[in-house]
Amino acid sequence: MRASRNGNILQHVDWPTIGIFLALVVFGWLNIYGASYTFDQTSIFDFSNRAGKQFTWILGSLFLGSVLLLIDYKTYDILAYFAYGVMLLLLLATPFLAHDIKGSMSWISLGPVSLQPAEFAKCIVALTIAKYMGQYDYKLRTWRDLIVPFAIIGVPALIIMILQRETGSALVFAAFLLVFYRQGMSGYVLWVGVAAVALFIISIRFGAIPLPLGSGSVGILSCMLLLTAVEIYFICKEHRMRWQALILTGSVVVIYGLCLIVNIWVRVPFDWISMGIVIALVLYNIVISLYWRKYFLLIVAAFTLFCIGYTHACDFVFQKVLQPHQRIRIEVLLGMKEDPAGAGYNVNQARIAIGSGRFFGKGYLNGTQTKLQFVPEQDTDFIFCTVGEEWGFVGSVAVLLLYLAFILRLITIAERQRSKFTLIYAYSVAGIFLFHLTINVGMVLGLLPVIGIPLPFFSYGGSSLWGFTLLLFILLRLDAARMEQLN
Amino acid sequence: MISDSYYRRKYVISGMAIVIVFVYIIRLFYLQVIDQSTKDQADNNALVKQTIYPSRGLIYDRNGELLVFNQPIYEVTMVMREMGPKWDTLAFCKCLQINREEFDERIKEIKDRRKNRGYSRWTPQVFMSQLKKEDIATLQESLFLFNGVQIQKRTLRDYTYKAAAHVLGSVGEVNQKDIERDDYYTRGDYSGRDGLERTYEAQLRGEKGVEVLMRDSKGRMQGSYHEGELDQPARAGTDLYTTLDIRLQVLAEELLSGKIGSVVALEPQTGEILALASSPTWNPKVLVGKERSKNYNMLLNDPTKPLMNRATQAMYPPGSTFKTLQALICLQQRAITPNTLYPCSGPQSTPIKCTHHHGSPVALDKAIEQSCNPYFWCAFRDLLQKDGYGDENEAFRHRYELWRNAVMEFGLGQRFTDTDLSEQSAGSIPSIAFFDKYYGKTGWKAITIRSLSIGQGEILATPLQLANQAAAIANEGYYITPHLNRNDSMRIHRHNIDIEEKHFAAVKEGMHMVMVNGTGRHYAIDSLNMAGKTGTAQNPHGKDHAIFIGFAPVDDPKIAVAVVVENAGFGATWACPVATMLMEQYLNGELKRTGLKKKISESVLNESVKKW
Repeated sequence: MRASRNGNILQHVDWPTIGIFLALVVFGWLNIYGASYTFDQTSIFDFSNRAGKQFTWILGSLFLGSVLLLIDYKTYDILAYFAYGVMLLLLLATPFLAHDIKGSMSWISLGPVSLQPAEFAKCIVALTIAKYMGQYDYKLRTWRDLIVPFAIIGVPALIIMILQRETGSALVFAAFLLVFYRQGMSGYVLWVGVAAVALFIISIRFGAIPLPLGSGSVGILSCMLLLTAVEIYFICKEHRMRWQALILTGSVVVIYGLCLIVNIWVRVPFDWISMGIVIALVLYNIVISLYWRKYFLLIVAAFTLFCIGYTHACDFVFQKVLQPHQRIRIEVLLGMKEDPAGAGYNVNQARIAIGSGRFFGKGYLNGTQTKLQFVPEQDTDFIFCTVGEEWGFVGSVAVLLLYLAFILRLITIAERQRSKFTLIYAYSVAGIFLFHLTINVGMVLGLLPVIGIPLPFFSYGGSSLWGFTLLLFILLRLDAARMEQLN
Repeated sequence: MISDSYYRRKYVISGMAIVIVFVYIIRLFYLQVIDQSTKDQADNNALVKQTIYPSRGLIYDRNGELLVFNQPIYEVTMVMREMGPKWDTLAFCKCLQINREEFDERIKEIKDRRKNRGYSRWTPQVFMSQLKKEDIATLQESLFLFNGVQIQKRTLRDYTYKAAAHVLGSVGEVNQKDIERDDYYTRGDYSGRDGLERTYEAQLRGEKGVEVLMRDSKGRMQGSYHEGELDQPARAGTDLYTTLDIRLQVLAEELLSGKIGSVVALEPQTGEILALASSPTWNPKVLVGKERSKNYNMLLNDPTKPLMNRATQAMYPPGSTFKTLQALICLQQRAITPNTLYPCSGPQSTPIKCTHHHGSPVALDKAIEQSCNPYFWCAFRDLLQKDGYGDENEAFRHRYELWRNAVMEFGLGQRFTDTDLSEQSAGSIPSIAFFDKYYGKTGWKAITIRSLSIGQGEILATPLQLANQAAAIANEGYYITPHLNRNDSMRIHRHNIDIEEKHFAAVKEGMHMVMVNGTGRHYAIDSLNMAGKTGTAQNPHGKDHAIFIGFAPVDDPKIAVAVVVENAGFGATWACPVATMLMEQYLNGELKRTGLKKKISESVLNESVKKW
């Protein structure tokens, strides 16, 4: 059964993945040429323009990929911790070696080219996590088992965020939550994350209740209604009480109905009423949990109480803690502020670029938005605009589906591994690609705030391309060796 | 292939990826298929529509003589961003003959966004405008030294003759009202402000063209869009051939110099205006370009009111020239016959005295020749009293109404609505209501309105109306609305007058006799067979206005003229010689009476009339 060590590597490499990889890289390269195309444009291979440079990076990436496939698969496992240590030192040193590029201290100059060590950190962290969590005796049972993995991702993330001022690159480490989830972390952690974001947005997004309908904030009221629903759901689910659910829901509806009637004569403070209802439910919840000894419900109760405080704190955080430019980005994104010339400029121009592409696009090299440089960063973080404008809905959907196929393929690869190390590493890779795709395209489409992270294989840049190549081809090498690996 | 209890979570993770991509596809569908607003926004971003200005139509006289044409003027523009450190400001100033202070001042103005809203460092800004060719000649040669500086060409009006300013009108910048009324215009465009330039604006202006250029995010032009697919060339304005005879026009203005007054000369058969002069006037060249607003204000504040076109806007009592109409109407309405005799006691006549000495009684021809006031009073009285007064004065008032309608058939008392002359006054033939108001329905009789019989009192007419009246008499029963465009479109405006031809013959004979034996005899040229009627309009504010109407030759009239000289005294002394010289010039092609011409044109009746 054993394949010879290197000779048959081409037989075992996952060609569909390489095919999608090549398609993305080449299409990305064409779009970089389109995005940096001006009227006195030179050849696509000319090193003096970005498409020409990207061509060089692509050749480098293919070379790197080939080399990675030839390296013994065991090397990665063996060197993981050592590489992690070297990486931490490099990340710590970077701010001192770096020069300031647009407020970021993450670039090191090596002669004519600059490197961004953070792009390579993802790969090393993924290997380290895989090694730690892939140990024979490691089992994810309690919270304590997650302390080390969180430290492994947290330390480089904090260095990148605080010392290098690259919030985007640091946020990528959140992708490892998916890996932890796959390995047994409670799904509620993901839900808590989603809930935190949702509550934050709802509480700051909406203003006061219109006066004739009572007083208070629409945001707080909406959050409380949400929490009421959560409480009722958990109480009834845990105690298998269907009829009680009806009674509880009915009571809440009746209380709100009475408030609306009272509101005709006296203005009702709805946010306080709704908070009272939630707190009453929490108390009820605590009582019956203690009675039935269902301690899980105490967590839900605690979480709900925390959410009440959190909801009120959000506004404070938003107004007092966030930096003004961060606040403006969020306000523009949530449609609370129109600022097409300032913070909203990129997003607005991106929307125009994509929207004006219509169904079939304006044709390659015919995009006026990109050709005339209305979208800043259009060959790096905003490269998807060029796709939208020149290739239209058809092209954009094709690219998105290509990425989806890529990510699903990575998950398939992950699930066919015998080695836990490779499985965890594969999920890390899939999670990182999914995170980049989600944040980058979401930002370009105006659904998420502007966070500067590249679109894998598409965005211009040697560091990011080589970083992703490293990530992918190590996986392909490990996958090719899956038959040789032990469980 | 590791079997662990969390195996199923791969579906959750795959599901997340699928949901995210699906949400993004929906968003893309919204942006690229449903939302229609972005297409225009992208075009607004990237495409600049640059206007190409058409050249304005030229204006010619009836003989093909060029009157109005276009002169190129130049604008110096600069793109601030392209002015590098090597830019030699002093040399630039020297080229344009300005000093450093003026340069700095101008740059400050350009950069002041309150004054210059569209300021951008990347787009050309107008540094100096309306420069003559000689002003930019030096700069043109050394333009390559000054990065970002460009010379742009536009056009202004120029004039071959310094005449016909009122008729031709002028071109100026459009105002807010024009922009709102007609979306052809945008701020900074030029349009005809008055005269022919205004009337024929649509024809003369042509059609602006557009060149669609692409602009990058910094406002720099990047060439044409889709190889000029959307470009539209400008269409030049159509030339205008006018009915003016420029030599006659120049002569008319010369003869009026130093006086306040006006001249209108028509071709009777066609209604074409041969000359239309109003004095004081101005040189049309001064209302062009940089100096326009300054000069316009000067003209506006001139106490002699040069901007008023007296030929069409000033109203005078027609005086004795009205007797020609009076005679025609009295004949037609059977109040008199050519043989009716009325007595005249000269200056002792009542209620209106006669200013001339002639035999008595007089018949119509002699009455016109001698401008006998008592004759026309008697004729007018007999016309109005033909049916008596009636119990309530209604028979008299009915007769007055018939008379008034007959007068108005000649174009008096109303504006010509079917003409291309822009500024006109209506004049006035008083209505029944007017007199009823002052005297009550039964309070006015023929004697009350006796001054109307000799063209004084409440009757007011413009020189244009008087000339048209002369043309109607010359045509023996019709006139064509006076107009300035030489194409045939205007000839259809024919107005027939309900008076029998034979009556015209009698009046024409009388008018001919005026030039043979009567008040006009001193200036007549016998070979030209002139007919005319002098008039002296009483003026409560000063000396009488001298008026003359006439046409020539009597048998086949080629020209009809009306002349008014304000505060000049007798029509025979001032208005008649001007009119006969115009007839001579037009019919003979030259003016032999140079002595008379010199004498009239050099006499100054009003010191404040400005010479140009």
